[in-house]
Amino acid sequence: MSKRNPLYDFKWCPGCGDFGVKVAIEQALAQRTAERGDSIEKTVIVAGIGCSGNLVHLQEGPQPFGIHGIHGRTLPVAYGIKSGRPDLNVLVVSGDGDFLSIGAEHIGPQARRNLDVTVVVMDNGIYGLTKGQASPTTNVDVVTSTTRYGKLDEKMNPYLFFLGAGVGYLNSQMSSRVKDLAAAIKAAMDYPGFSIVHVQSPCTTYNDTYALLKGDEKQGIEPLAFPIPDSHDAGDLIAAVNLVRTNRIPIGQIYRREGESVPGHERLARAKVNAGVGQASVEELLTGMLITA
Amino acid sequence: MSKNLVVRFAGEGGQGVVGGAELMAQAAAQGGYHVLTFSTFPSQIKGGPAWGQARISSEPILTPGDYLDVLVCQNQYAYDTNLPDLREGGLVVYNSEEFEIADNSRAIGIAADRMAREAGNPLASTIIMIGAVAQAAGVSVSALEAFIEKRWTRGRASDAAIIQGNINALRMGVEEAKKAGLALEDLEPAPSHDIPRVMIRGFEASALGAMAGGVESFIGYPISPATTMLVYMEQNLTGAEKFVGQASSEIEAIASLVGAGYSGRKVMTSTAGPGLSLMGEGLGLAWMAEIPLVIVDVQRGGPATGLPTKTEQSDFIMAMNPGHGDMSVPVIAPGTTEEAFWASIAALNWAERYQGPVILLSEAAIAERAQDIPMPDLSKVKVESRTVSGGAMQNRRYAGDSVSPFPVPGGPGAYVANGSEHDEQGDTTHLPDIHVTMTNRRFRKLEVLSDGTFEAENTGSDIVVLPWGGSKGSARAAWEQLQAEGVNVGWYYTMFLNPLPPTLLAELKTKKKVLVPELNYMGQLAGHLRSLGVNAEAITQYTGLPFKVSDLKAEISRRVQGQ
Ligand SMILES: Cc1ncc(C[n+]2csc(CCOP(=O)(O)OP(=O)(O)O)c2C)c(N)n1
Ligand code: SF4
Ligand SMILES: [Mg+2]
Repeated sequence: MSKRNPLYDFKWCPGCGDFGVKVAIEQALAQRTAERGDSIEKTVIVAGIGCSGNLVHLQEGPQPFGIHGIHGRTLPVAYGIKSGRPDLNVLVVSGDGDFLSIGAEHIGPQARRNLDVTVVVMDNGIYGLTKGQASPTTNVDVVTSTTRYGKLDEKMNPYLFFLGAGVGYLNSQMSSRVKDLAAAIKAAMDYPGFSIVHVQSPCTTYNDTYALLKGDEKQGIEPLAFPIPDSHDAGDLIAAVNLVRTNRIPIGQIYRREGESVPGHERLARAKVNAGVGQASVEELLTGMLITA
Repeated sequence: MSKNLVVRFAGEGGQGVVGGAELMAQAAAQGGYHVLTFSTFPSQIKGGPAWGQARISSEPILTPGDYLDVLVCQNQYAYDTNLPDLREGGLVVYNSEEFEIADNSRAIGIAADRMAREAGNPLASTIIMIGAVAQAAGVSVSALEAFIEKRWTRGRASDAAIIQGNINALRMGVEEAKKAGLALEDLEPAPSHDIPRVMIRGFEASALGAMAGGVESFIGYPISPATTMLVYMEQNLTGAEKFVGQASSEIEAIASLVGAGYSGRKVMTSTAGPGLSLMGEGLGLAWMAEIPLVIVDVQRGGPATGLPTKTEQSDFIMAMNPGHGDMSVPVIAPGTTEEAFWASIAALNWAERYQGPVILLSEAAIAERAQDIPMPDLSKVKVESRTVSGGAMQNRRYAGDSVSPFPVPGGPGAYVANGSEHDEQGDTTHLPDIHVTMTNRRFRKLEVLSDGTFEAENTGSDIVVLPWGGSKGSARAAWEQLQAEGVNVGWYYTMFLNPLPPTLLAELKTKKKVLVPELNYMGQLAGHLRSLGVNAEAITQYTGLPFKVSDLKAEISRRVQGQ
């Protein structure tokens, strides 16, 4: 949506973390297209269903392509796009419910394929669009409309989950730090392979975690978020696992697999060259079935 | 002389009964005969009752054959359960190491496994059985030998020894039948052919049709009886620009097809009932966002896991309405092996033309059969591609009241392909009048699919039969016999089930009775026809097997007489 579309009636609530993500993506895309001399139309934003996914309609400035499909299926859609069009830059935007609950089954397969897309997860620890039900990343004991006694299920550690699923590139950010976020998204897009930028993007209406994340001295709240120390070796999987084995939220580059990252489409192209396969025509294939009496 | 030879190899899964029937059919095709195979087996790799059937004829073949001329059986159970299908005067060839048949007046016992072992070629026992069948039925043994020679010439040092071993085995079987002194009427000599013929399986016909129709990406998840098509694509759709992928589920498969179709590619998958059920929501997205794609649903017995390896025609309703909300997915159902080839092209063309999902309804009995058909005339292939937006529409991708130019990512016309109700540029909206406009647009797009062809014969009759899919063959054979007997009943047939060719629908509405043979309990197409104002009556069967011609004929004539 390049300018105010009067027919489009969706609005984020004031203070919603998703505003920051939107601006960061606009900046990252602008920087990428400028650097490469690419047209913005070479980018596709694949959006999940949730408050978060509406980002695709709210992008301002030069318009990328978008696809806003069904709940939980951003990764398969992205896989389909990349399968025949590796030339396109594909950016996935998805919520914690969309990506980590209903869509979680797709993370492992795409990580193992090293699908060359960047995922921006907008984690607010709640189902926003359906008005405040618990999600996998809702904190324990939080009362929501579906957790009357406080959340009894343990909180999912998405970082550990990603690393276990074989994700080779993992960055963690806060929506309130737009400049850092834009830089992280830009870098992830430049990475050839499957990359995730996991963003703490609080929901001011149903799960306002700003104070928890940033801390509040007056209320005596220690910040959950902490910058990843410079000493962390992001190339070391064990170090990455140890870093995220905490209830706190590390901010920065958690992991970047060592060695060359060969994206899935490139593996296939190389395998075809190695196998020396071409394309037999239909006529040739039928001729092979001829009955020659 | 007889025109037909129907042979069934019955035994357990893993005993090569399906392979035996196919070998027999291939050999006969090589000798110039028309052939058609049919097989049925349980959903397991080893064991369980299985059989493969080959029909060999001097005339073109419509069905696998109601009754058997020869029953080859490996064990007592196979004998007991298949004997009712043996025609009067038919022959049994059996494995005498496994069991004995007391009355050997129409049965030939062969210790084929032992003979094969003794001849040092343990794999040849099926060929020994085939030799006996050929001798008893008067099939040319020299043609079979020529086939063996060709089949096992693979450019290896061992070729000559294997060929000789198999020819010896064949001759052993011939001798056994001679010794038994039992024979059937000789089969008519094979016809001569002036057009090239190919020996092809149903799924290969579907896959090659898809390739002729320009399919670029094929993404699927294994499921019987649709796996064969996925595997064929992996093996043959190998060009640098092509893509074949195994998804992690049908949910992933359909969503990735949406992505691939959206990106401008011609895309397809193959699945069966359980997979199609999982694809419902994704198909709705393709309908809503107007993304061309084709799903081949190879029907099997349902619901749930149902009868994974048996044939049925019970997915028609789901194919048309695979998901929630107002949508009507175009459905094309080939009825023969030849049609399977052309149906794939038609399905891809329809998807491109109206820009949306199309379902190709195949079924186990079509996908798995092997048949000789005339080599498809590739000069008749017409490939259509979606009209691509050149940018004049800017981002108004969904403008207008029917099909509009398709913006391809990377090119001009950036928009949001949206599964939520949307305005012209694809932004979400809930305004009542826009939902009305867009719903009307999506249904009006179907009007560009009114070019489906149909068959019509004896249309003066006010009672007609209208089979669909794989029931076409049995219905056609039954109808031809009724015609010959002077029963006045008309014939209609189309593979374009939704939308129906408008002229066909108009003609059907004028009929007193439209009889629809279909392999399901509900009478699914008949019910749909009634909702369109056609006085349709289903003739149903839900055994997991195709119709027998004799059963259909009896039922049609009963209905014609209004009983
Ligand atoms: C198949 C399906 N089930 C349920 C829904 C309802 N639904 C819409 S959004 C949503 C959850 C969104 O949560 P999240 O992904 O965290 O996004 P947020 O709104 O918090 O940004 C649900 C359950 C749906 N659209 N589709
Ligand atoms: S409900 Fe929460 S997530 Fe949704 S727009 Fe409002 S603040 Fe943002
Ligand atoms: Mg959320």
